[in-house]
Order: sequence, then C-alpha cells, then structure tokens
Amino acid sequence: MTDNLNKDLYTEGEPALDTKAPMDVPLSECWEARKFRAALVNPANRRKLRVIIVGTGLAGGAAAASLGEMGYNVDAFFYQDSARRAHSIAAQGGINAAKNYRNDNDSVHRLFYDTVKGGDYRARETNVYRLAEVSAAIIDQCVAQGVPFAREYGGLLDNRSFGGVQVSRTFYARGQTGQQLLIGAYQALERQVAAGTVTEHPRHEMVEIIVSEGRARGIIARDMTTGELQTFVADAVVLATGGYGNVFFLSTNAMGCNATAIWRAHRKGAWFGNPCFTQIHPTCIPQHGDQQSKLTLMSESLRNDGRIWVPKRAEDCEKDPRDIPEEDRDYYLERIYPSFGNLVPRDIASRQAKNMCDEGRGVGPKIDGVARGVYLDFADAIQRMGRAAVSAKYGNLFDMYERITGDNPYETPMRIYPAVHYTMGGLWVDYDLESNLPGLYVAGEANFSDHGANRLGASALMQGLSDGYFVLPNTINDYLAKCFNLPKLDESSPDVVAALEEAQARIDRLMAVGGNRSVDSFHKELGSIMWEYCGMERTAEGLKKAIGLIRELRAEFWANVRVPGKSIGELNQSLEKAGRVADFMELGELMCIDALVREESCGGHFRAESQTEEGEALRHDDRFLFVSAWEWTGEGQPPILHKEELVYNNIELKQRSYK
Amino acid sequence: MNLTLKIWRQSGPQDPGAMHEYQIRGISEESSFLEMLDVLNEELFARGEEPIAFDSDCREGICGQCGIVINGVAHGPEVTTTCQLHMRTFNDGDVITIEPWRAQAFPIIKDLVVNRSALDRIIQAGGYISVNTGAAPDAHATPVPKGDADRAFEAAACIGCGACVAACPNASAMLFTSAKVTHLQLLPQGKPENLRRVVAMLNQLDEEGFGSCTNIGECAAVCPKEIPLDVISTLNRQLGKAAFMGV
Repeated sequence: MTDNLNKDLYTEGEPALDTKAPMDVPLSECWEARKFRAALVNPANRRKLRVIIVGTGLAGGAAAASLGEMGYNVDAFFYQDSARRAHSIAAQGGINAAKNYRNDNDSVHRLFYDTVKGGDYRARETNVYRLAEVSAAIIDQCVAQGVPFAREYGGLLDNRSFGGVQVSRTFYARGQTGQQLLIGAYQALERQVAAGTVTEHPRHEMVEIIVSEGRARGIIARDMTTGELQTFVADAVVLATGGYGNVFFLSTNAMGCNATAIWRAHRKGAWFGNPCFTQIHPTCIPQHGDQQSKLTLMSESLRNDGRIWVPKRAEDCEKDPRDIPEEDRDYYLERIYPSFGNLVPRDIASRQAKNMCDEGRGVGPKIDGVARGVYLDFADAIQRMGRAAVSAKYGNLFDMYERITGDNPYETPMRIYPAVHYTMGGLWVDYDLESNLPGLYVAGEANFSDHGANRLGASALMQGLSDGYFVLPNTINDYLAKCFNLPKLDESSPDVVAALEEAQARIDRLMAVGGNRSVDSFHKELGSIMWEYCGMERTAEGLKKAIGLIRELRAEFWANVRVPGKSIGELNQSLEKAGRVADFMELGELMCIDALVREESCGGHFRAESQTEEGEALRHDDRFLFVSAWEWTGEGQPPILHKEELVYNNIELKQRSYK
Repeated sequence: MNLTLKIWRQSGPQDPGAMHEYQIRGISEESSFLEMLDVLNEELFARGEEPIAFDSDCREGICGQCGIVINGVAHGPEVTTTCQLHMRTFNDGDVITIEPWRAQAFPIIKDLVVNRSALDRIIQAGGYISVNTGAAPDAHATPVPKGDADRAFEAAACIGCGACVAACPNASAMLFTSAKVTHLQLLPQGKPENLRRVVAMLNQLDEEGFGSCTNIGECAAVCPKEIPLDVISTLNRQLGKAAFMGV
C-alpha cells in the first residue's frame, strides 16, 4: 500500500538541510555560540538595509520594533486596521518563564524538558532550549514596557501554575495576558513609527512573494481599501502571520487569520513543516447552530476546579443536568485517568469528549443529529469553596460564558466541547528562523519549530516574543551582512514584474469565475471535511477519502464560486476571503497527506490505527522521529517529502502516561 | 426571529451614502449580532446584491476591530463589543438601525467600516515607554504597589475600539487617551516621560480633529471594557502639572 501511496500522493526527497545550530558545543552554549559566530552589520550600514515584516502580532510586532530600534528600515504589513489587533491579543492564560521566582526548583533546563516532553518529542532540542533560555528576559522586557502583570502586595510579580507542570512559572495579567503583551509590543512599534524607522501598512495583505536569484527580495501587497496591488522590495522578508486553524472554518482563530502569506511562500519554494499538527483545545463553548461563525475558548484554568461529566445513559442526555443524580453521571476523565483526572493534557481531554459524544452521550443542541457538548460542573467547587471564592477565581470567565450562551454557570453546569485552537505546523525554519528560501525568515506560530506535536499552555506567547525580541534581531544580521553588497533590486526587474503579474492574474481568475456559490459556502464545506477526517482522530481510510473530497471541492470552487463587487477602487471583503479560501483548499490537502504519511499518534495528531490497548496515543520513534518538510512541485502535482531527523542528545524519549 | 434592519450603505469615502432597509427571517437567538449580519450577507449574495462591509476579527470581544452604532448606541444596548452582543437581546419583529462610527477623525471606508488610524497616531505621539529591546533590568528590580498595578491594569484594558469617540457628542478621544496616560503614569517605568507624554498625546488628539472633552460621560457609559471616567481627571491633573512645570 505504501508504494502506491508514494506514487500517487507524494515522493520522498533528500533529507532536510543543516539547521545551522552549533552542534560542536554543549546545548547550553549553543545560542551564545551562534550569536557570536553570526556576522554583524555596523550601525551606519543598517540604515541602508530594508526588512519587510508581515504580521504584527507578538512575533512580528516585537521583531519590527526591535529591528527598527537597531536602525534597519522596516516595513510592517497587517490586514487589520491597527497593529494592536493581531490575534495574539486573544490569548488569555499566561506566559511561561524560567525565573524561579517561587523557589520551587524551576530552571532553564526544566522548562526546556517540560516543553520537549509536552510536544511529544517532535520538536527540535536546540530551538526549544533557546526558547527556555531567553524566556526570563522576555518578562524583564515586558515589565520595562509597562505591561501590568499581576502583582503581590509586596510589589513583586505573581505567578501561577499552568498546563499540568509542577512549578509556578506562569506570569499573567488577569485573563488578558495576550492583550497586555501585545499592547507592549504595539507601543514599542508605534514608538519606532514616530522615530521613522518603521513604516506601517494597515489593511494590506501580502498576496505574493518576490523571489529573485533564489532569494526572497520583497512582496506584492494588496491595499484592501483600494484594491491596488503594490510592490515592495527589500533585503529580507519576515513572515510572522500566525496560524492556519481557519482551514477548519470553525476555530478559535480570529476571522481574518489566514495562510495566504506562508502559502504563497510555500508555492515559491519554502518548505512546509508538519502541516498536520493541529492543537484541539478541550474547553471551548460548543457550537450553537449553523449560523455560527467562530468558536470561543474558555481558559483551561477552569479544569482546576470544574468536574467534567456526561450522563451514564443516553436517554438522560436531554434532561436538566441538575435532575440527574450523582449515580447516573459518568465523570469519565476521573474514571479513566484516576491520577490526573480532569487535568489530563489537552489532546487527551479533547479526544475523550469526542468519544463520549460519538457514543451518543453528548449534551446540548444537536448539530447534524449529534449533541456535541459535555458538562463542566462547578457545583462541587461552589459547595466546597463558596460561591464568592469561585467567582473571585473564575468570575470573568463565567460572565463571558453567560454572555455567549445565555446560561448562568453558577446555577447550571457549563457545556464545553473541543475546538481547533493552534497550529504547531508552519513553514520549515532552521535555528536562525530562516526558511530554506534564503532571505525568508518565519517567526511565531507561522513557523513549525518549537512546539512539536502538541503545545503546552502558556508557551505560545513565549515563543512569539522570543522569536520577535531576541532571536530574529540576532540572526537576521548574519544574512543581511552577507548580502549587504548585493545590488538593490529594481522595481522593474523581470522577477518583480512577474510576481506582480502572478498576483494580478490570480485576482482576475477569481473574479472571472462568476458561478453561483458564495465563498463562505465553500469554506464551510472544506471545514467540515477537515474536521471530520483530519480533526481529533484520523484514519488512513478517512484521510484518503478527505483528499478526494477536497480535490473535488477545489475543482467546484474554481468552476462555481462567485465573487461579488469590484476588485479595484473599493473595499471588497468577498474577494479577500476568496483568495484565502483558495489557499486553504490546497493547504487542507497537504495536511491530509502529511497526516496519512505519519502512521503514528503523537500529541494533537491521533491516528486510530496507532493506539495502545488502553486507547492512548502510540508513537513510533523508530520510524517517525523526524520533521516532515514538504516541498511544493506544482498545482495537482505530488509534493516532495524531506525529512529532518530529530536528534535528542539531552532528553530521554519516554511514552507519555497520565493514568 | 424576524427583523427589519435599517443599515447605512456607502460604497466609498466620496459616496454620499444612505440608509437601506432589509427584512431578515429565521435568525437564531443564539447568534451574535455579527453572525446575523453574516446571514444577511449570504441572502444579499443569493439575490445578486453586494454584501454589507463591516469590520470584525477576533469575535471574542478583545481585538477591538468590530464596532457599529446600533439603535443610536455605540455597540448597541448592552455594555459589550458588537461581536459579543447576541440576538437574544432583541425581540422578534424589532426594527434595528445600524450605522458606522460617526466622527470627523474616523473617515468612512465603506458601509460600516471606518478608518481609526488617528488613534494609532495618538499612541505614536507618546503612548509608550521608551525602552529598547534587551535593555531591561530584572523584572523584580522595581516593585510596584499592588493598588497601582491593579489601577494601571484597569486603564490598560482599553481595546481601542473607538466606541468612546462614537458616543461622545464632541467626538472626543479623551477616554482613549486618558486610559493610556493613566496606565503608563502609574507605573514607575512610565513616570520619567509622563508630562511630555501627556502634552504630546493631547496635541496629537487636537491635530487629528477629535473634539474636546466637556465631561459628558457618554464615553465611559458605552465602553465595553468599562474604563472608568475618572481616568480623564487623572489626565487633567497631569496636564495641570505639565502647565505649571512649563513642559
């Protein structure tokens, strides 16, 4: 079977490139060694260099501000109306840092260890170690910027624990940590705008990348308010455009989050790493019906005191939960995982919720005949701690739940269900965060590098800021120094003109279809295929079916979509969506191919064929200890798989167990 | 639910614009206000009409991108963002009027979408602490009294949606500006450049064409993040100090 699959769906190519991490020194000296060996650009010469940054979330905003301070000319692009609105803003819980402020034996090595283990041993040791190493400096930087972290009466910073680790290393700002960190980066960025080092391009989206003589040299951006395509040439390009979870249509991502920038780069030669690794978050508010546009995450911290259950009997599911006596309730996580109970990691909690609903024991409104919800019950906590104490701890989340659902969670249990949350895959990058396309750097959620197959809580904010404030400013100079003497690319050069023409042709093609289906109807259909077959549980059979369905849907899209309005002269939100959905159609297929090839279960990727007797995820380190890095070969052509072997010199690989 | 919607349509900044009326049926009470507009847009598409342009992004009430005037009130009848307003707030058969933020400093781009870049330029004038990356002392080197940290947080919760401007009869951005000044001046890190910041941000506010504050309080009444009105008096005290010191 594997041979056939190979021929039809993909071919295997050369192993991935050298990561540039210095492997001749101990892990703890890797980052110092790399920084020392990287070439520098002297301050007077930085003024002559231009860097494009797409996306102004934690990674892009921090990088733009930092590179601007250093004296480079930076052009920052974002599709929102203000840099302050990037989706990093919606992160609630917190940000980890190995500060050991609690004297609880935390250390850089322990944060590194927890992160690699949490990622189910599918992340790169050197990158993760560096993440842990710079984590402490992130907190210092943010405090200096005025980020109002939670404090104690002594005036020092407060911490809490998060995501199942055994130390308190999470810094937080109520339930708005992402917002406060992003505002810090945004303010640093606006300071550079005032200083003239950074030029902002609001309501612009990147629609093509300019590649000249094998290097990334600029982008074609579309001014969304006028429809005009604009050319921007530069010495290097940084993509910090976030994740691609909206391929599922319903997700916790912002409505505008998209894969277009990284997908255009992929089509121009940048490899795509581990596209199938998607994190499903267990505590989201369930879908209410078919008018739904997105899902809302409830903080994972609720699982500290809430008890998760479903009725034991399917016939009780429509009853008022308060009328179901204790003996008729199945506290299934406590039953199956007695030692971790409701605090099992995200992938496990999510999968078991799905199992309960698939068995017919889900609660709440039925969507397509199945009730997809489980109870998260605070009745015991209210009895134990009192309503006031529960309110002090979770009040804002309870209010948010009530606003969205109309139910009062103090009176009746919340209903939750898993939802697509964060994508661990992204463009392949080396230790410098450079893709295999020289001059193209990728930061934050848009790259694949630090999270492996699963992501622990409070680690995404850490990666975004680590990449933006500390890694990129110290690695991109190595490239810029080497290409300092390259001739400036002329806007009329054939490579630039070709990129502009490609972008224009694509828009013309979308406008010309003139069918009778809306873009959203295609997006919803793609999303349901992805959720059904490439969601929480995947099988070879299902993935193959999904690939066929996606190909059919894509053909239908290009034959029957209709984009109303004009492409030039005014805002056209349908056209924006059409371009993004067209890219999701191609990316969705690659996700399914990647999931099909990886015949093991790890973190957020659960292959039903690969599980232990108890139904837990079963990794196959002998066959899959690698990063999948995919090369584009053309529309409808099988992609090429390059494998980057993962080397674990400092951590022993173990099977995760939460029983 | 069945509703009558009166919506402001304007194809571009130069177009005069007008109210249009639409009937919509079968809206779920569970839907958010923006999901209701999504449904309307699918219907307009099916009828061969152009969908209504409106802004939204996170749809979780935190990014600040959405924002329309509903029945004359910024973000509508509940104190929340437009994306977190749900249709159960309305009754079957209601007539709902929907307009964009109205302010000279917020030019209309299309339909319900306005340009709020003026708020970014107020931040550029001084709404930050001048610290370069890598130059920060240890976070515990400067303790901050918990009361100050909490009050700073309260002011920092502003999401920059612009509802305060839309609600103000003078279209003033004073609540927005004061929230930032209050946030930064309460923290020891933000004190050194405080008075300069106050003067520069207020000058920018005037230059952008926002009106002046006459303490009406509509801004705080509609603020989805419940920024307290007294941040404005905090700013005014700092302004007085700046005048006294000749900043």
